[in-house]
Amino acid sequence: MSLDVAAIKADFPMLAKEIDGKRLVYLDSGATSQKPLAVIEAMDDFYRNSYASVNRGAYRIATEATDLLEGARADIARFINAPNDHEVIFTKNATEAFNLFVQAWGGANLGPGDAVVISEMEHHANIVPWHILRERLGFELRWIPLTEDGQLDLTDLDTLLDGAKVLSVTAMSNVLGTLNPISELAEAAHKAGALIVADGSQFVPHLPTDVQAMGVDALVFTGHKMCGPTGVGVLWGTTELLEAMPPFLGGGDMILQVTKEGFTPNVLPHKFEAGTPNIVEIIGLGAAARYLEGLGMTNVREHEVSLTAYALRTLNERFGDDIKVHGPAEPAARGGVLSIEYKDVHPHDLSQVLDQDNVYVRAGHHCAKPLMKVIGVNATARASMYLYNDEADVDAFADALEKSDDIFGLGI
Amino acid sequence: MAGLDQLYKEIILDHYRNPRNQGELPPPAIKTEGFNPLCGDEIELYVEIEDGKVKDLSIGGHGCSISQASASMMSVAVKGKTVDEALEISDKFKAMMSIPDAGRDADEADIAEAKASASAADLGAVAGGAEGPDREMGELSALQGVKKFPVRIKCATLSWNTLLEAIENA
Repeated sequence: MSLDVAAIKADFPMLAKEIDGKRLVYLDSGATSQKPLAVIEAMDDFYRNSYASVNRGAYRIATEATDLLEGARADIARFINAPNDHEVIFTKNATEAFNLFVQAWGGANLGPGDAVVISEMEHHANIVPWHILRERLGFELRWIPLTEDGQLDLTDLDTLLDGAKVLSVTAMSNVLGTLNPISELAEAAHKAGALIVADGSQFVPHLPTDVQAMGVDALVFTGHKMCGPTGVGVLWGTTELLEAMPPFLGGGDMILQVTKEGFTPNVLPHKFEAGTPNIVEIIGLGAAARYLEGLGMTNVREHEVSLTAYALRTLNERFGDDIKVHGPAEPAARGGVLSIEYKDVHPHDLSQVLDQDNVYVRAGHHCAKPLMKVIGVNATARASMYLYNDEADVDAFADALEKSDDIFGLGI
Repeated sequence: MAGLDQLYKEIILDHYRNPRNQGELPPPAIKTEGFNPLCGDEIELYVEIEDGKVKDLSIGGHGCSISQASASMMSVAVKGKTVDEALEISDKFKAMMSIPDAGRDADEADIAEAKASASAADLGAVAGGAEGPDREMGELSALQGVKKFPVRIKCATLSWNTLLEAIENA
């Protein structure tokens, strides 16, 4: 079933906004998505009618608040087909989820002589935490290289995985849009005796997600890229993995017992949720998951594949060799993330020119500096699409691109 | 909102298309690198300081039109000047670039205030120094338009901050 994009646009107040009398052409959902009324209202309603702290307090509203938060946990578990709700750990964002996993699991399991495998297309959130721990513990960090068209080059995968303890890799590149073969990678990792962690930050908002079918041991993602609020992310892990991991942040809620001599950690998920959580944001994220479920993630994916195909075709027809779109050429092999180089116009200048027409794209290194080096650029301009974008948005993007010629001319 | 013509003035685009003092310098020139972590722009600044003077200076690296043009204009402004003069120009430039919170809605009052705090004429005078008006130096005031695009201020100041670091380490 195809999405009714006009109706979806109407769900998002920001998309009704005008600046300088012109509508917004929001093409920066890879950075953060806009929010539907369903999310805004769920958070507003909670503040107005149900607000209290959670996990304590015998009074009725505190119980109601706790039930709503745990309801959101169940929403997220269902959204990613997790076998158990308690495997969904709420964090501040995907970055914190990665740091939690790396510090807690890595801190307990890695040392000199061990190896961790990541790829050249990772976001800094899946690089820097490993660097930080590596400086302390001295393990080896191995990198899966890329092919010319921005896919993982798996030729030497078995060698890379030989003796590795974990493979940590993105399910979808935030720069190239590449969709990686996670279940195949999971099989290879497990065969080599390694765990696999996937970065779902760009994947979970855009494709149907089934952690069991993916075969991963852990998945991290963030709420604000999937129509949810900022300030909430998720670490999902198998019960077995999470139970074996030591706690990360210490404090309230994450303990069963504290004495002068020590502490006993709480059960899952509380063991990894120290302190008062972002209650309202978690409830907002639950509402986001329900909103997306209502539209159907299969439909969202179909819409984005056809929109990506339209965008690739349009850009090629209108600009030919003047534009380069990084990543796979086949729409089905990628998400709706289009990192472009346009003539010799610097991405920063390009996004500035596009802003004149309220066309919003991201310019920069997209927190993937090693990848920038591999693809031989310092920065790209990135248009990233979501369920509320349509062909008119793509056309507006192309029209605005053309205007940069007026300022920067040809062939500078 | 401010029009792009206020940002991309012809003089800025000229420095971007035809950057002055490009390339590397051999020792004793010292190489200093500057990064704009927001956008990945990188600048390499080669400075040779002798007898309290910026004897030679050249620029490498990559960046957007604003960071490249600003670096080029800076090279013209400070090359051959004494270190004290270079620092003074840098102070004036940075004062000109910093209007906190004016944002994109900067109105006439903001602009007037900016002019009062560091006017183009002021800059030209400093730049001209004892040798009289220096056309290239007066050009720096063209970068004033960047203030209306707050995100780009860091692009414009990257080379100048790198220059300060180079002078400190010299």
